[in-house]
Amino acid sequence: MAQAASKSKNTRRTAPPKGFALFLYRLKKSFSTPTPYLTIAGVGLWIFVYWLLCEGLRVDRFDKIPGPVAVARDWFSPEPFQGISIFTEAYWNHIYVSCRRIAIAFAIATGVGVPLGLFMGWSKKIRDYIFPILETLRPIPILAWVPLAILMLPGFEAPVIFLATLASLFVTTLNTMLGVESIDEEYFRAAGCLGSSNWDIFKNVVVPGALPFIFTGLQISIGVAWFSLVAAEMVSGDHGLGYLIVDSYVNSVTIPMVIGMLTLGLIGWLTSILVRSLGNYLMQWHVRELALQGR
Amino acid sequence: MNVSAPFSEAGTPHKKPEQALKGAISIRNVTKIYDPEGVNVMAVDNASMEIAGGEVCMIVGPSGCGKTTLLNAIAGFHSITSGEIRLDGELLCGPGKPKAKQGADRMVVFQHGALFPWKTLAENVAYGPIVQGALSKSLAMEKARHMLADAGLGDVGNKYPGEVSSGMARRAEIVRALINDPKVLLLDEPYRAMDALTKSIMHESLLETYDRTKVTIFFITHDLEEAIFLGDKVHIVTTRPCQLKKTVNVDIPRPRSYAVQSSEQFRVLMEEVNEAVHEEAIKAFEAGERELA
Amino acid sequence: MTDVAQSSSGAYALPRRRSKLEKLIQNVSFWRGVTAVIVFLCVWEVGSRMDEWLGEAWTVPFVGLIPPPTDVAVAWLEVLPKAGYWNSWYESFRRVLSGFLVAMALGIPFGLLLAVNKYFRDLFFPPFEILRPIPPLAWVPASLIFWPTNEMSIAFVTFLGAFFTIVINVLGGARSIDVRYLRAAQSMGASQWHLFSRIVLPATLPSIFTGAAVGMGITWEVVLAAEMISGGGTQGGGGLGFFIWNSYMGGSLTQIVVGMISIGIAGFLSSSAIRALGDWFMPWKRMF
Repeated sequence: MAQAASKSKNTRRTAPPKGFALFLYRLKKSFSTPTPYLTIAGVGLWIFVYWLLCEGLRVDRFDKIPGPVAVARDWFSPEPFQGISIFTEAYWNHIYVSCRRIAIAFAIATGVGVPLGLFMGWSKKIRDYIFPILETLRPIPILAWVPLAILMLPGFEAPVIFLATLASLFVTTLNTMLGVESIDEEYFRAAGCLGSSNWDIFKNVVVPGALPFIFTGLQISIGVAWFSLVAAEMVSGDHGLGYLIVDSYVNSVTIPMVIGMLTLGLIGWLTSILVRSLGNYLMQWHVRELALQGR
Repeated sequence: MNVSAPFSEAGTPHKKPEQALKGAISIRNVTKIYDPEGVNVMAVDNASMEIAGGEVCMIVGPSGCGKTTLLNAIAGFHSITSGEIRLDGELLCGPGKPKAKQGADRMVVFQHGALFPWKTLAENVAYGPIVQGALSKSLAMEKARHMLADAGLGDVGNKYPGEVSSGMARRAEIVRALINDPKVLLLDEPYRAMDALTKSIMHESLLETYDRTKVTIFFITHDLEEAIFLGDKVHIVTTRPCQLKKTVNVDIPRPRSYAVQSSEQFRVLMEEVNEAVHEEAIKAFEAGERELA
Repeated sequence: MTDVAQSSSGAYALPRRRSKLEKLIQNVSFWRGVTAVIVFLCVWEVGSRMDEWLGEAWTVPFVGLIPPPTDVAVAWLEVLPKAGYWNSWYESFRRVLSGFLVAMALGIPFGLLLAVNKYFRDLFFPPFEILRPIPPLAWVPASLIFWPTNEMSIAFVTFLGAFFTIVINVLGGARSIDVRYLRAAQSMGASQWHLFSRIVLPATLPSIFTGAAVGMGITWEVVLAAEMISGGGTQGGGGLGFFIWNSYMGGSLTQIVVGMISIGIAGFLSSSAIRALGDWFMPWKRMF
């Protein structure tokens, strides 16, 4: 925040930079603060400690975990020691399978959860009937559904997708509902005054007003979708990153296990950014409002 | 505008021949009790007032006295418990019809502002005619830009409400109301959170708008100077439950400029209003109740 | 008209006080909720008994495979007096609590430090952010390899699950404190320690409790998964996750559902406890 303020002070005299120039300016500016150096130092320190424990000093028990050098060497090697690297087809296949499952689960959960949440927030009657059922089912951890899902649904694919969908569905629905409830009553009144029909109000007030909450919900939802997906893949499943991790464990190859973990983190982070950028793209008004508040 | 006839309870709307304008509101014996079975708060108690078409009617009273309840009843946001409200002789709400139907003939400008933050100013202004089916989308946008330009907001039509100053947003909100050609403009302390300088600009722009459109204005405030400067009549209401205490006629000729605020006439009116309001303010303060929205 | 006249004279009808129970009974939403849950149970019952009543051809997909609620209730009653069942409760609660408490004990100070000191944040937040997106369960195999006993690896994963959530919430809460509070305190001559203990900490409490509630949910998920994946710590006691897994292996669907409901109740109790604790710690929040 302080950075933004000092920036505007400095640029007031000349024309404010735009686009790429602005990016370069910010980059240059940020290098005059200790932040980037500390960030690099922090990550470096962490990797160094990790290396020291696992490979440098080979401290007892840590030596069972592959260190950063071993992992990096295998990850980027055309002929990996333990079978998994960015050059092997199996690696990309695991990623593809997990991503496809997430995409299907997330799409179903969003497609059902957002409308359901909107209607629940909009109509008290609908909420009164549906909310108690959701609240009864919600305390049951998603993972408690695993055996039931395996028995109830055929094949490997359906139970995994079912679990990820279920997890996201709760989050998406509840956040959307809260989003509608968060809309100021005065917007509804103003819309009513201006002669809106119920459908106009739904389209022009309920949906856009709930969007910020919906996208917060979607970001959490994609996180829990990955969480449940990994669990489901670990318990049942024949491909996917969760399966890769457990399979490596069972076969006592530790490097692919760590590669699997890091890949999961990376992809999980990327999908979350994807959802956030989509939200920002759809909510220009919100982004600009926040920007003016200096956030 | 010399409106000196005495306030007539439950009588015919007071009309002067040269300004038989639309938008006369008649409020008769209106009582509103919130949650009669539970908390049982009486917000409005047997209040009556007549507002002539094209009149600027200022409602002054302590915070939380139930002024807004009255406005909500006219706008159709709340029901009333008894009494009746008519607009141009037509029943808005009354016995057998506790809640008025919301309509574009009575436009509200809200206390905290209610421009849709997800629409640009121009889209906000064009919204009314579009949803009413009065104008096509492109025509409505064109008209909206035109009206915004008239109000001095031509440059910011494409900005979102969050990007402009509160004064601009409030002005745009009034434009959004006026584009529907309403009979009555209901304003609920619209300039409450503004500094004195912005306020004076807003006042001048509202007066200019009024002189042009002669729309009936029902304006709630607790700023006495604002009340006298803008209004034809100042209705002072009691602390909760809201009842009419006194009506002061402001016969300062229009168009008014800021200079009138230093005139002797203004000072006398100010004293008269102040005295009536102060009593109520003390009562309200001592009651110490939390403000009613 | 009469009551209007009455009220003008200032005599209001006294508000009739209603007890909580009376209010609940008169509440439409409450009855709608009850109806919804009953209808839900009936649909479930009928759906899963269709094949029984009308023959195999009428088996409802999916629902037909789940045991009806009445069977579940009977199975539950059978299990209730058994010590093994309650031992599962105890084991799971013990794991959840130990992981959770350690996560709170380390997460709150870490989050506050990140919020208070800019250098500390610049240094330690990036690695934290790199590790955070890795789902907690992905750590299970690695921690099974690393820790000497199953029990310790479960505790470690449980701790991780709650730790990230709590730190993020504490950090967010502490950083969003209104600067005016800090300035007001400073202008009254508060010391650094006072600023921290009287402003930062109380102002962060709501976020701490939000983080704790979310963390508690994650903890249950993780304990459950860890119990299931590691075979319930066969050397040690079982736990509710093992109860479910065991029922699954034994092919007893009714037992699986009993286990699911038990965990649901356990999770609900834990989060209610956190909410109650939050109310007790933050009396100024209770008003809303």
